[in-house]
Amino acid sequence: MQARLRVRRFDPESGGGARYQSYALEVPSYATVLDTLLQIRDDLDGSLALRCSCRSAICGSCAMRIDGQARLACKTKVSALAPNGEEITVEPMGNMPVIKDLVTDMASFWNKVKAIEPWLQPAGPPRSAGEYLVSQGAMRDLTQVMACIMCGACVSDCATLETELGLGKDPDATFLAPAALAKAYRFVADPRDGADGERLLALSRAEGIWDCTRCNICVEVCPKGVAPMDQILALRRKAIAAGYEENLGARHTLEFEKSVRESSWL
Amino acid sequence: MKYAFWPGCSVPRQGTPELRISAVAVCQKLGIELEELSYAPCTGSGILQGKDLLLADTLNASTFAMAEVMELPLMTICSTCQGVLSQANKRMRDKPGHLAQVNQTLSEQGMEYSGKLEVKHLVWVLVEDYGLDRLRAAVVRPLSNLRVAPFYGCYIVRPSAALGFAEHPERKDSLERVIAALGAEVVDFRGKTLCCGYPLVGVNDETSAGMVGSHTSEAKEKGADCMATPCPLCHMNLDGVQPAAAEQRNERIGLPILHLTQLMGLALGIEPADLGFDRHAVSVRGVLAKMGY
Repeated sequence: MQARLRVRRFDPESGGGARYQSYALEVPSYATVLDTLLQIRDDLDGSLALRCSCRSAICGSCAMRIDGQARLACKTKVSALAPNGEEITVEPMGNMPVIKDLVTDMASFWNKVKAIEPWLQPAGPPRSAGEYLVSQGAMRDLTQVMACIMCGACVSDCATLETELGLGKDPDATFLAPAALAKAYRFVADPRDGADGERLLALSRAEGIWDCTRCNICVEVCPKGVAPMDQILALRRKAIAAGYEENLGARHTLEFEKSVRESSWL
Repeated sequence: MKYAFWPGCSVPRQGTPELRISAVAVCQKLGIELEELSYAPCTGSGILQGKDLLLADTLNASTFAMAEVMELPLMTICSTCQGVLSQANKRMRDKPGHLAQVNQTLSEQGMEYSGKLEVKHLVWVLVEDYGLDRLRAAVVRPLSNLRVAPFYGCYIVRPSAALGFAEHPERKDSLERVIAALGAEVVDFRGKTLCCGYPLVGVNDETSAGMVGSHTSEAKEKGADCMATPCPLCHMNLDGVQPAAAEQRNERIGLPILHLTQLMGLALGIEPADLGFDRHAVSVRGVLAKMGY
């Protein structure tokens, strides 16, 4: 089977801007976009830069924009996107600076993950002996968010983030974005965590849970079924239930609910 | 061809009444019979779902139950309503326990939902049920010199798993198909499936206007005479916020935003005066002039 890829190239050392380079090569019918890129690097063009590791949709290294949508290159079959040999466009992830070719700088991504304090903060003194035990049922709710592999696909295509970066905002001061917020849900909903109040208060501030525009892009592009937006909505429900109502998003939601409850209309 | 008609919440009733008026007019022209669900509640618009998911699904199940009593499929004219209803329907189909819980509440009102209702936006009805050949045949004023940029609205394109795209692949580009059937040239642009920014109104107005500016400016740059949308919420933002968005970008945009039903109305020969254009923030005079009005 012939694969045709149009790859966005950028080399900061060249002094030039980004350009697109087309490659055509024979690949097995089961080849993924990652297989094809690696074959290009091995056989045709050793200067092509990309990140990858496990090749099994576990490590999250090879997220990139393929035909305009963030996907894991190792989980995307060439034949699925180009059944009739169409050219596939491969670009680095969006919403982050490009270091070289398909390699992006994920510093802001990680800064936001760190900002939500992604570690358990149990209340009370540490247990003197034994483990913190949790019922199976309580953890089942978390399995969906725990499937996140931090690949960055949801952040790459996030509409709120793209717009705020387009308006010239400092990347670290923009919307926390889906990956970090889904991760926040993982701790808020963990029965062992005792910092729910502080977490929900912080998440209710500007550029947190209420700045999601609910466009569902993150749900669509997530390669692991994490459905980040659903977790953001779950955080909204928890924040309101915990009484964090002093913000525009929560007040709007409560007014909306009141109107629907009273009249079934707005 | 008959549908239980869900005109939507207060947005079409108060915010964009021209949508309802033009939808009813074009359906009448095409011979699509509508039986209105006068007592159906608001879908929750994705907002209520961020407070009480069970309440939202119960409200929507009550709408479905009303359509089932009428023994008719349900037709919507709003991308957001369509998506919210599709998602609610999927949750109830996937989880029989959830449907049973909803039905328990509905039974207090003497209602019941089977979980099987078909819910379709007008744009899907045209492509799947009515047929584009039939639509083409009904066109009396082809929009042949009009360049139209499609704008879907998030909820009618995502999440695709809830929208039946696997069984109905033609839904993915239904809007382009309908615009082309009306005789217009489709202007493709990246923003067509992105967010209009409406959900951020009042929460983050700067970002909301940023989305409006980005999409309208891109469509204009690609040569569009106007944009057409099947979503009243997108219309409210792309039209109403466009002047502020232009100011934010420090550029002139002036791109008329039409409801899909208004665009259809023009092609079907309905008088512009009957399509509610006087309510638009951005003048549609240029579009009407190109149509010879």
